[in-house]
Amino acid sequence: MATSKEISIGDAGARASELEGELQGETMMLNVGPSHPTTHGVLRLKMELDGDVVKKCEPVLGYLHRGDEKIAESMTYNQFIPYTDRLDYIAPLSNNVAYAMAVEKLANLEVPERCEAIRLLCCELARVSSHLLGVGVYGMDAGAWTVFMYTFTEREKLYTLFEELTGARFTTSYTRIGGVARDIPDGWLGRVLEFCKGVLPVLDQVDKLLTRNRIFMDRTVGIGVITKADALAYGLTGPNLRAAGVDLDLRKDKPYLGYENYDFEVPIGTNGDCYDRYLMRAEEIRQSVGIIRQCIDKFPEGSYYAEDAKKIFAPQKAKVLTSMEELIQNFMIVTEGPQIPAGEVYFEAENPKGALGFFIHSKGGGVPYRMKIRGPSFCNLSILDKLIPGHFLTDITVILGSLDFVMGECDR
Amino acid sequence: MTTSDLALLKERFETLTQRESSDHVALNCASSQLIELCTALRDDFGYDMLVDVTAIDWDAQSPRFTGIYHFLSTTKHEYLRVAADCTDDINPALPSLTSLYASANWHERETYDLMGIRYQGHPDLTRILMWDAYPYHPLRKDFPLAGIEVPLPADDVAEVTGMSVRPAPMVGGPFVSSADGPMSQTEPRARDESWNEKKIKPCGK
Amino acid sequence: MQNTTIAYDSKVEGEVIVTQADAVINWIRKHSVWPMPMGLACCAIELMASGGARFDISRFGMEVMRFSPRQADCMIVAGTVTYKMAEVVRRIYDQMAEPKWVVAMGACASTGGMYRSYATLQGVDQIIPVDVYISGCPPRPEALLDAMIKLQDKIGTERSVTNLFPEKADSTEAAGATK
Repeated sequence: MATSKEISIGDAGARASELEGELQGETMMLNVGPSHPTTHGVLRLKMELDGDVVKKCEPVLGYLHRGDEKIAESMTYNQFIPYTDRLDYIAPLSNNVAYAMAVEKLANLEVPERCEAIRLLCCELARVSSHLLGVGVYGMDAGAWTVFMYTFTEREKLYTLFEELTGARFTTSYTRIGGVARDIPDGWLGRVLEFCKGVLPVLDQVDKLLTRNRIFMDRTVGIGVITKADALAYGLTGPNLRAAGVDLDLRKDKPYLGYENYDFEVPIGTNGDCYDRYLMRAEEIRQSVGIIRQCIDKFPEGSYYAEDAKKIFAPQKAKVLTSMEELIQNFMIVTEGPQIPAGEVYFEAENPKGALGFFIHSKGGGVPYRMKIRGPSFCNLSILDKLIPGHFLTDITVILGSLDFVMGECDR
Repeated sequence: MTTSDLALLKERFETLTQRESSDHVALNCASSQLIELCTALRDDFGYDMLVDVTAIDWDAQSPRFTGIYHFLSTTKHEYLRVAADCTDDINPALPSLTSLYASANWHERETYDLMGIRYQGHPDLTRILMWDAYPYHPLRKDFPLAGIEVPLPADDVAEVTGMSVRPAPMVGGPFVSSADGPMSQTEPRARDESWNEKKIKPCGK
Repeated sequence: MQNTTIAYDSKVEGEVIVTQADAVINWIRKHSVWPMPMGLACCAIELMASGGARFDISRFGMEVMRFSPRQADCMIVAGTVTYKMAEVVRRIYDQMAEPKWVVAMGACASTGGMYRSYATLQGVDQIIPVDVYISGCPPRPEALLDAMIKLQDKIGTERSVTNLFPEKADSTEAAGATK
């Protein structure tokens, strides 16, 4: 015989909310990195999680600190150029140019127009390369593998161009103090134009895949919002700063390399969220392609190095092997380094990741006394411990990808 | 920075002097007036971004350390350099700018880590690039480039591998020759020869 | 598989191949090496490029880049190892399951590269045993693929089964890379 018994459960939800304080539980410490695919290099995040929400985030750097600044104090200015490649190792050409320009400011040296045009072309190609990777890896972090494959194929074409120009796919070490290492090869400009023609349709495809993609937008709109005041206070530069609404682009505001002669727009964001940062980079690729086309249109003739910089730029090899004066000049520059006068200089260039600054204090001679490298990623990352708390764990991938930092220039 | 602004600043802060510079306007300031000066720069003169904080070690001179600050005005598109000497040579210290600019936080941690300058008022002055237990300040001029032997930061790994933080071998380069001195001494040789065939490896000081 | 290690005669054995256990095990292992990319610096970019469409590490069965050491076979140390990072590399190496191999990619991982300073480990072989060194700064993806082929050849010479029964092992030859 079945008996029935009445039990009352009541309102479980009401009882749970009464006990909310007791049911809270502890927070969990989670360590992301340093070896983690999300962190774009060796960044460690010590996080305190409450369920899925991040309560505290402490970034730990220094896993790639190789001692560049100390090394610079033992090397001549030209010997240090390979180290500058490996700062932002995604766009090495622009680092080379920024460094060479800082030293040339110290030496009060003007380089000819052709050299400036070559350097500008290098910087813009490096910008395209860096943003292609930024967008590609960002898409991959958000789950879109195809975008990564498309942009990497385009980057391979760029690598072929760089290899033809400098001899290396990346880590080019192309500039020298007073000029560039060698002139551009024949037909190279034509190949750059072909690349420009090819990259825009790929960008359109990436656009179609990501920009109005429901999932991508859900993951990025309103996430990781950086306000204008925060961006200025934390020293953000580059697309991150412009996405927050601050109109600062060193190419327009403190022009160098002849940027004032080119017609291009600088995209400024409105919300400062991850979606805006993605849009910034995609648009900047298009603007860079425009600059490249303009530059190739009016490419000047002339010399690729400062010919009157006798104590700074090593003379042509043919002369070195046949003429005494050039031989001595070459010997002095190679052994003692380019002779840069005493002084202090701070030069910032608009690199793809932000403003890369070189502070050089020289006491004369061929070796700097103190060199400080202001890496944009170092400053961009400093905002993390304010930005991440309050977001979900899954948002971390998206936020890190949108900041587009590289640990080489962060840790130096 | 316009000359009128410069004159205004010099009026307000008597310890300010012009510093020699190859490009931007640079000022020398006493460390006691640094916070006042930076507040004025941010609020009255429009330098809203602190882009860099660093320091120079003058080695045998006194004052030994000079803190260097770079400011950028996003409205006027001008840079400014401010240099402040540390009054103490053995335990250098400077006031912290974290209350004014949030970017100073990490930059000052880095300068403390590499140069050993303590920033008073910093919320969390710990090492940022080297590990916490590292005993030296690597960027100082008396620290050799190759490094000094210290134990590895993790004891269990050091035990398993038998490794420690060893000085890097400097034999073979980079070759730099100095311009001054007799010719026999100026042949190209590695700047920092912590150990080579003639000198044994340093085993910690 | 080498021709000397298999024998096949369909008339005699039917659909049966006679071979050495070691040959089969090595063949299986070397054609699906799952790398664990310890991508630290610039070499990581070339590692990513070798996984891209132009160089296609997938031809060798190695496109499965597992970031979890438990699921990976081969750790490719790509980039500069600093002393701060050294403990992390060692710990991850210890977490990998046997059999495991290590490829030191690039000058920095092999010997410290051009970073002769206070913070850089002068070669990752100071803390973990390395099977293949790749020179270059960074090495081209073709160089990485060449190194992976050399690693495959090295795996082919291992005595995996012999290691299982050490008392029956040959006294003349030391075993391969499994440690």
